Amino acid sequence: MVAGGVTKFAKAHPAMDFRLMVKRAYDAALAEVPELTTDRIDGSRVSYFSDHFSRQLKAASMVQDYLGLNPKGSVRIEWGGATGGECFQAAFEAVASGRMDVCLAAGYETMSRVATWKGNEFIALASDTNFDFPLGGFYTGYYALMVQRHIYEYIRLRKFAHIKDERQAQRMAIAEGTRVMALVSVKNHVNALHNPYAQYPKQLSVQDALNSEMISYPLTREQICTMSDGAAVAILCDEERAKEFTDRPVEVIGVGTGTDTMRLSDRPFGKVPLMPREKASDYTHLPYPGIHSFRAGRSAGLEAYRMAGIEDPNEELDFIELHDAYSSSEIQTYEDLGLCKYGEGYEFTERGDPFLTQVKYPFPTPKAGAIPVNPSGGLIACGHPVGATGLMQAVFAHWQLQGTIAEHFHDPTLQIADAKLGAIHSHAGTGSAVTVSILKRGF
Amino acid sequence: MPAPRKFTKFREVQAEIDKNGAALFVDKEGVESLIIHSPYTIHYIHSYAEDSAFFLGLASGVLRGSKCSKASCGFVYGTPRGHCMVCGSPTTWIELPKEGRIHSWTTCHFGGEAFLKETPYNLAMVEFDGVGSLLLVRLKECTESEIYIGMPVEARFEPKPKYSITDIWFVPKPAAASEKPRRG
Ligand SMILES: [Zn+2]
Repeated sequence: MVAGGVTKFAKAHPAMDFRLMVKRAYDAALAEVPELTTDRIDGSRVSYFSDHFSRQLKAASMVQDYLGLNPKGSVRIEWGGATGGECFQAAFEAVASGRMDVCLAAGYETMSRVATWKGNEFIALASDTNFDFPLGGFYTGYYALMVQRHIYEYIRLRKFAHIKDERQAQRMAIAEGTRVMALVSVKNHVNALHNPYAQYPKQLSVQDALNSEMISYPLTREQICTMSDGAAVAILCDEERAKEFTDRPVEVIGVGTGTDTMRLSDRPFGKVPLMPREKASDYTHLPYPGIHSFRAGRSAGLEAYRMAGIEDPNEELDFIELHDAYSSSEIQTYEDLGLCKYGEGYEFTERGDPFLTQVKYPFPTPKAGAIPVNPSGGLIACGHPVGATGLMQAVFAHWQLQGTIAEHFHDPTLQIADAKLGAIHSHAGTGSAVTVSILKRGF
Repeated sequence: MPAPRKFTKFREVQAEIDKNGAALFVDKEGVESLIIHSPYTIHYIHSYAEDSAFFLGLASGVLRGSKCSKASCGFVYGTPRGHCMVCGSPTTWIELPKEGRIHSWTTCHFGGEAFLKETPYNLAMVEFDGVGSLLLVRLKECTESEIYIGMPVEARFEPKPKYSITDIWFVPKPAAASEKPRRG
């Protein structure tokens, strides 16, 4: 990867349609690498999630067209919430296979063109429309079902095993789980105070996060990402060209993907595919994935780590930008990606491992800096224009590895010192598809 | 159509276009965007295809799952599938118990636009004895503070079926006589 660009993510960009948003992000990327001009690009992969939001089919063609890339090859990529991550990997494959020397990955979403609750309905059309959608048309409801079971498996059955009254024990577990989830929400909002591209930077407190409006029990508004307008691009090329275009390239050394059933109802109760540090005996009594964990995330992580030669992600990775559509799913993802064992996500959060040392949070984070997660602020604070999100992560990771956060954010705070290896993680509805890509400083 | 009125707050634009068909949004940089009302409705000819017997069953008060036809597999599905996801064999229809337990649940205070008028509503995933997968349903006749994982529930069927998954819902199962607090 030699360059990336993003537009600021916003509730609405009424003065830009999707073509102009992508053009702005594309021009920003080209400005980083003056030797790389449009005539050097061999083709593109263009991502957006839903045709419903702009009611323009084959919109990716219009992006290709607007950027002046015709008659080169292009194809649209769509894979739910993981659309951006898949687009990044599709561009990687175009280059790695030798089909293209230089490939543009461009993504966007314009979600402001419908009312918020209509938008929720559109997103829920990415669930089974015979069995799931007619019950409420609401993805937050599905994630609430998942985190309720996660809290049950790992807090109710462990920490509160001694409480006899079932209802009381579960309420205590939920209070404990949501309190820790709020730490994640605070982390991401506070990190984003130093990211000028973020939609919702905020000096949030744990109480604010917990007391915000209940959306789907136990998920409150501040624990959930919002809808956004925005675009992001990444330019990938082979090694030879990379050296010509920049002296600060970033290598893609691992890619992984995974999938799971569309319906939560169909998720199996089987065995955990193990990370290198785990033993089968760690999970003797854990039906997996059930609805508490994202098997697709574990699969994607395992594949990407294997390709990149990573044995201990926690030790080897300097940071991760992951898909925190919900503060709950960030904690679930720590476990999927092997940053801690299944069941340790809450403790891992409370210890402070995924926090930054250089940012002040309104609570102690003793192990901050162990493995910073979402230094940019993630989806919760940056926004989630679906087709752009996975590419936004690639751009922020690129700048981290280049060491150019200060230059791009006009604020050095979020730069992770001497970052050499990072991961990006993109996730589709209820974990039905996940991508993980490993990026490495290439100079 | 009258000349479009100008707005500097985007959230005011929707009401204006719904009423007058168009509006001019002026952003912080003074850039004007013309915004119009653009309705879109469609009526699909939706076939339940291989899932049809499930919805016909609900309409006659029968809850159907499916069972893998391969003897060495025999996986039982709480939400029917035409083919087994474990071994790929065709499944056959079976009748599921009308009682189960809550595997997980939530109370939704919002929803897709079409469902906002029904809020708050409860969703529950139900597990059945001897069945390998779950069923997602609405849970009624109880509120957020009463529900818990493991709660026994039983099915109710819509007397005027609409051939939708909402033709079935579950309610808390009344406690058995021995579980009720004794009087006197
Ligand atoms: Zn089978």
